[in-house]
Amino acid sequence: MQLFDFNGGVTPEYHKEASTQSPIAVSPAPSRNGLKNFLVIPLHQSIGGTPRPLVSAGDRVLKGQRIGAADGDMSSAVHASTSGQVVAVEMRRMPHPSGLSALCVVIEADGRDEWIARQPFDYHQHTAAETRDYLRDAGVVGLGGAVFPTHLKISPGKGGKLDTLIINGAECEPFITCDDLLMRERAEAIIQGVVILRDLLAAGRALIGIEDNKPQALAAMTAAVQAGGHQDMAVVAVPTRYPAGGAKQLIRVLTGIEVPHGKRSTDYGVQCFNVGTAYAIHEAINLGQPLISRIVTVAGNVAAPRNYAALIGTPLHTLLANSQPLPDTDRLIMGGPMMGITLPGDEVPVVKATNCILVGSPRLFPPPPPEMPCIRCGECAKACPADLQPFELYWFSRAKIFGKAQEYHLFDCIECGCCAYVCPSHIPLVDYYRFAKSEIWANESEKAAADQAREQYEFRQLREAREAQEKAARLAARTAAGRAAATNALAMAPVTAPAATSAAASAVTSAATPVTEPAQTPSPQAALIAAALERARAQQVQPANTTNLTPEQQAEIAAIEARRAQIRTQAHPHLPPDD
Amino acid sequence: MLAALLVMALGAVVLGAALGFAAVKFRVEGDPLTEKIDAILPQTQCGQCGYPGCKPYAAAMAKGEADINQCPPGGDEGIRKLADLLGREYKPLSAEHGVEKPKALAVIDEQRCIGCTLCIQACPVDAIVGAAKQMHTVIAAQCTGCELCVPVCPVDCIDMVPVAENITTWKWKYPVVAIKPVTTQ
Amino acid sequence: MNNSPYLRQATSVQSVMLRVLFALLPGIAAYVWFFGAAIVLQIVLASLTALAAEALVLHLRGKPLAIFLTDGSALVTAWLIALSFPPLAPWWLVVLATMIAIIVAKHLYGGLGQNPFNPAMVAFALMIVAYPQFMSRWPGTDAIDFATQWQIIFGLHANQALDALTMATPLDALRTALHSTNATTVTVASALAHNPAIGLMAGRGWEWIAAGHLIGGLWLVQQRIITWHLPTAFLATLFLLAGLASTINPSEFAGPLFHLFGGGAMLAAFFIVTDPVSAATTPYGKLIFAAGVALLTWIIRSFGAYPDGIAFAVLLMNIAVPLIDMATQPRVFGHKKNGSNHHG
Repeated sequence: MQLFDFNGGVTPEYHKEASTQSPIAVSPAPSRNGLKNFLVIPLHQSIGGTPRPLVSAGDRVLKGQRIGAADGDMSSAVHASTSGQVVAVEMRRMPHPSGLSALCVVIEADGRDEWIARQPFDYHQHTAAETRDYLRDAGVVGLGGAVFPTHLKISPGKGGKLDTLIINGAECEPFITCDDLLMRERAEAIIQGVVILRDLLAAGRALIGIEDNKPQALAAMTAAVQAGGHQDMAVVAVPTRYPAGGAKQLIRVLTGIEVPHGKRSTDYGVQCFNVGTAYAIHEAINLGQPLISRIVTVAGNVAAPRNYAALIGTPLHTLLANSQPLPDTDRLIMGGPMMGITLPGDEVPVVKATNCILVGSPRLFPPPPPEMPCIRCGECAKACPADLQPFELYWFSRAKIFGKAQEYHLFDCIECGCCAYVCPSHIPLVDYYRFAKSEIWANESEKAAADQAREQYEFRQLREAREAQEKAARLAARTAAGRAAATNALAMAPVTAPAATSAAASAVTSAATPVTEPAQTPSPQAALIAAALERARAQQVQPANTTNLTPEQQAEIAAIEARRAQIRTQAHPHLPPDD
Repeated sequence: MLAALLVMALGAVVLGAALGFAAVKFRVEGDPLTEKIDAILPQTQCGQCGYPGCKPYAAAMAKGEADINQCPPGGDEGIRKLADLLGREYKPLSAEHGVEKPKALAVIDEQRCIGCTLCIQACPVDAIVGAAKQMHTVIAAQCTGCELCVPVCPVDCIDMVPVAENITTWKWKYPVVAIKPVTTQ
Repeated sequence: MNNSPYLRQATSVQSVMLRVLFALLPGIAAYVWFFGAAIVLQIVLASLTALAAEALVLHLRGKPLAIFLTDGSALVTAWLIALSFPPLAPWWLVVLATMIAIIVAKHLYGGLGQNPFNPAMVAFALMIVAYPQFMSRWPGTDAIDFATQWQIIFGLHANQALDALTMATPLDALRTALHSTNATTVTVASALAHNPAIGLMAGRGWEWIAAGHLIGGLWLVQQRIITWHLPTAFLATLFLLAGLASTINPSEFAGPLFHLFGGGAMLAAFFIVTDPVSAATTPYGKLIFAAGVALLTWIIRSFGAYPDGIAFAVLLMNIAVPLIDMATQPRVFGHKKNGSNHHG
């Protein structure tokens, strides 16, 4: 099969052997007598809206029970990872570089690990929309690290079918081996997930891309494809070069298609899912199990690097206990050494995005040498897999010329870190791009808010002008009507009074109907009615809900009135209190 | 000599005609400068500048009647942008118009609200809902933090609560430059 | 605590600069072999001046000395000045030139990485305009001993004897012959035929220095310190122009080999137009930039008032770099063509 190439990329040391020596272990161990296990499950774990909590403190939950409902379609549900009691729904520190807190459901595990009733979902019997809703409510999101809700990616492109479904098993970042181990041990299940994706997307073929430094995973996946007799699937070994596992890069390598930033890949006839996501889809559809656990690599500065099947919500110290971090540990990183984020502490939980907990030390990741000025050597441009000019983006971001940065395609940057990896001046280039991107996002939302405020303000100006105009018109009409009535009264005095009364009575019943423009009504009769209506309305101003007040409310109002009176006397001491 | 003069004169006439034509043909309706200034202003509509809203202040600046440093919510950055657009010298925020504060939202203490509608009338962007003698509330997404509702409340039930940073609004900081900063330039 | 990436390649500005210095060694060796050790003296003078000037300015600007003095960039500038100046130039000329390069051309523009013009070429251009008489003190082919060279450089030698000891470069010799009073009868061939400065391809000795720079430059390409774009475009353009002109009118224009090996072309191709700070950075931009330098060099050499025009050509093209870079932005992954999809 013809493979394509992407420009740039780097080949760092991979360090993958250590954590692939032992099979996947379960964390935390299911029954730990006498020990209390707490799970902290953040509600916001995927791109999109924050799910609404469905439980509150004191509730008993079962394993797999939905505890957070998706907020709209651009969101994904969350579930209890084990059975137990909800002890709190509160703000807890998140595995996020900010170290800020977000709403989490804290569950004390009862150790029984009792499942909800699990029902496989026969997607052949349901519409595509129903299947998407099911996956949304099963909390299935992309497990490669981006945690984009999977159900939003399951819609075939133009023409209702997809050319190529791509399954990403490249796993190019150093240290991370969770996909490798998953493919070695659970290849059949992954392939069953791929079958589901292929059916849902009406894909012509499925290509499973795996970097050629994972021969065992390649063999296991090839065997699983052959065992299933899938003629339309192929396992493809791709050259090992970071970031071959970037979705855009893998699509390029396997198909030659380049999907630009901001475009949907289905429009180009391809769609890409991580192997872990395919596995999660299999569990959700075929076993009826929502996404409550994932494989996490624990590697780096630990005595026993290993992969764990960890429940979502497991605090990191629980997860790390089995691998024993070494004494000189100075940080915890979620993700790999190229794109990972430094975590604020070891009490933060495993979330759906946690593919790896990399334990760092000064020996493993020495502090960077002092930053030197950029000498425009162009090494970063050679290494950039998005074919950008990173040093230009750096100049613009550093000088806060964000418009220019965007013009030079800042948002095509995938933050892979290759540029900073090769920079001889040791400039933290990606930090500058992250800074510029978040400033631009903030500016845009500020701009949107200002635009909305302007619109509201202008609408209010318009409304006030219209109201003033209407009031003037009504005033004019009333004056005219008054004059007419006076004239009428002179002419036929006995008839006028009952007519006016009945008009007023009918006006009361139809008080809710919009007032017609009195100035435009030609007949004096109508003007008369309008004037009466206006008077009726003026009497109606006393609101009904002021009548049945409790003594407290009356006391409060009295207090307020007193305060008002006091304020008035302070403001205008020379005026009488009741002006 | 004469030829040169003629050529110059002819050039002047032709170019003048072209400019005159362009002025008529490509006339811009409205006042684009006011719009441009208004686009920079934060649209808080707070009136701290001494004008009844952002647009009137923008119009005054466009006419050269108002200074560029009268908008506290726009802050230092806003003044710099205005100085840039209008080609004027940057100057710090004028103290008599107020001080730059972090953005805050109005929050009505629902226990104390008496439903007087005064704040609803004061709000320049219709961000407060409620009816007479009924409890009012602020639509947080529409509140600009102008504080105009605070002084009119007879029961002091409106508080300005600073907007706290959360996971979604958190921003990456400007990278710390390891090299000692330049002391002399 | 830094953010990702936590891994970094073992590379630094210092290692880049040191490798550039290392790549200059073959050319220097050839220089010493043919023209004596005067060049080494000049390199030492320039290096000491550069470090002193760098230290002074860094101190005045409040920048850390240790990091910037050891980055090697000042030494590269110093060595390029020494290598492009006549080795028998008076000591103060090289010292002055180096000070101008470091203080004016580099630090007044903001220091390392900020200078729009190649500092060594700024110094060269200024000196050749200000002191043309000293900028022609090239050693003759009959090697003079180091003691005499020392005396000449430090002004201890009787001036009237200087003319006998110095000699024009091949380019200079050709220019003088073609532009002399009886230039109508002189052709390139006759001018070069009886000149002692002329060797196999170009100047005697000069061709071997050029070969040394070629070897060093190719090593830099192999080390991925420079890309092939700049040297190839420069040398190819110069070769084509010279070849075309000398084919059309062999009596007026020198041949391509003479251009490539007769002056500073090889030094320029691998060490001067490749200065990353002041050169174009995009692949196409590099081709345009280097071709432009070659074109201007050939024009100045063939029609201008100076024997070698590389310094002026480089400075003129430096001015055009921002425009070239802007116009030649490479296609971004997934986008259609250069510059499109700005708002897509």
